[in-house]
Amino acid sequence: MDNTSILSTRFYGGQKRVALRNCGIIDPENIDEYIAVDGYQALAKVLTQMTPQQVVDEITKSGLRGRGGGGFPTGRKWQFAMGGEPGTQKYVVCNADEGDPGAFMDRSVLEGDPHSVIEAMAIAGYAIGASEGYIYVRAEYPVAIKRLELAIKSAREYGFLGKNIFGSGFNFDIQLRLGAGAFVCGEETALLTSIEGKRGEPRPRPPYPAVKGLFGCPTIINNVETLACVAQIINKGADWFASMGTEKSKGTKVFALGGKITNTGLIEVPMGTTLREVIYDIGGGIPGGKQFKAAQTGGPSGGCIPKEHLDAPIDYENLSAIGCIMGSGGMIVMDEDNCMVDIAKFFLGFTVDESCGKCTPCRVGTKRMLEMLDKITSGNGEMEDLKRLEELANYVKSCSLCGLGQTAPNPVLSTLRFFRDEYIAHIVEKRCPAGVCKDLLRFTIDRDKCIGCGMCSKVCPSNAIYVTDYTAPGRRKPSYAIDPEKCIKCGACRDTCKFGAIEKK
Amino acid sequence: MKTISDLNAIKAKVIDKIYPKNPGEKRIVIGLATCGISAGAQPVYDEIVKAVKELGLDGVSVVATGCVGICQYEPIVEVFESGGKRVTYVSMTPEKARRVVQEHIAGGVPVLEYTVANTKL
Repeated sequence: MDNTSILSTRFYGGQKRVALRNCGIIDPENIDEYIAVDGYQALAKVLTQMTPQQVVDEITKSGLRGRGGGGFPTGRKWQFAMGGEPGTQKYVVCNADEGDPGAFMDRSVLEGDPHSVIEAMAIAGYAIGASEGYIYVRAEYPVAIKRLELAIKSAREYGFLGKNIFGSGFNFDIQLRLGAGAFVCGEETALLTSIEGKRGEPRPRPPYPAVKGLFGCPTIINNVETLACVAQIINKGADWFASMGTEKSKGTKVFALGGKITNTGLIEVPMGTTLREVIYDIGGGIPGGKQFKAAQTGGPSGGCIPKEHLDAPIDYENLSAIGCIMGSGGMIVMDEDNCMVDIAKFFLGFTVDESCGKCTPCRVGTKRMLEMLDKITSGNGEMEDLKRLEELANYVKSCSLCGLGQTAPNPVLSTLRFFRDEYIAHIVEKRCPAGVCKDLLRFTIDRDKCIGCGMCSKVCPSNAIYVTDYTAPGRRKPSYAIDPEKCIKCGACRDTCKFGAIEKK
Repeated sequence: MKTISDLNAIKAKVIDKIYPKNPGEKRIVIGLATCGISAGAQPVYDEIVKAVKELGLDGVSVVATGCVGICQYEPIVEVFESGGKRVTYVSMTPEKARRVVQEHIAGGVPVLEYTVANTKL
């Protein structure tokens, strides 16, 4: 194949694009281009040739599961919301409140192919008997919002939204709701509360939204990527979709590949692709010849996949078996320079900030956990802390009200499971093996390598570097040394030294 | 309100614009999602529109699209031609884009050094 095309690259070669099929190909602001690539054919098909039950059966048969991270079978969710008295008010909601740090799968779909989500929502509306839909999208996505608004407007003009769609008597319309930036609003019950105009806080389930959701009515709530697969399943058939993936996880999954990886980007691969294929084939490996340490999936709700599981096929079951989750698709690659205790602390810090405060296990528990991690990374940890940390993590996991708290301990539990030795090094040896945790770092100057140029002392912002009275054999100037009391461990001296005389331990 | 036959009529009319069928027709797409825009794709888009207009090129369309997925090589410009030909330009600037319009779009010779062939992807 011609090597000037993206299609010829290794990055693209291992991919299979379903949800992202039109991204980068069509003009997202031109409804005609979406129509040209079979857009709205699926809606036409369901409205003119299929009963609602047939639509739900097709989705169930395809094996499509929630791509927001939970992995609940989409067809079953739709089935729950069917039935009831004719004329019952129901809603279809699209969860586009993508909040995991470093994740941008949904944004990409909304910006590159907004009509695929609109079409799928109308199909879902027909299936469950809903006439209204909401897209809850975060306000931090202005381009996505603009393109969605435009797409909704053109879909109305063409009659794909509104009354009597394709002359079938089916009515459906969509409104946008902008999230104000609270991570918890990605949790479905909090999201629905927020659409209702109330403070975005979760509520206990059951009742599940499919029974009692938005404004107390049966509601299905699906993630952007899930919806982006729906029209294709209708067009190409459930068997086509189910032919991709593993036994229990069908289709493809989009990942936002980032961190210590040569090719960062947005990728879509069949379920069951191994982590090794993703990182070394598509991702091009770890830059700088460094060693792979772990891949973090699922963001603040997920865990780390260590080296020994590089060859595990990625699907919902395999990830949860190793204490990780599929999550919405953030995948952060880490190498030997990443400290796993620090990573756990980063994600826990995020959930502490984003906890809504409604339930005690999450509000107080995550905070106490963070304090224990702080204690460990500052060199004051005791072995007993690990037991306490694990115990509390399990309490928070089992007692929290919503998904945020129930999954917040995952980054800690997963690193404790696979990288316990790093925790122990911090506690027992008071040492950070990756050289990340500042309180445990010590910068020293090798007095025999130091030529006494003094550059380090010039750049030191805290005047911690002084001249000693030792002159190495064969040198003309005395060497320098670092006062550990004054050193703020910024590393400026080490970056400046041309002779490799400054060591970080 | 559109009917199913309207859908098929639009599809038949527009598909050849997305994947040009006739020799000589070219479609230039520029990734203008958030990732592309933050990497500077808007000035690239503007320059291409300007250059195509100045050179008075016929059968050439310039379209803003979403994200093709190779974040670190944004801004990305792709040229689609008849026969399923697709050339991917990476890390574009307005200057590089003008050269692509002059040499590839007008002259018919792709600027190889700016393409994905010159990356480790």
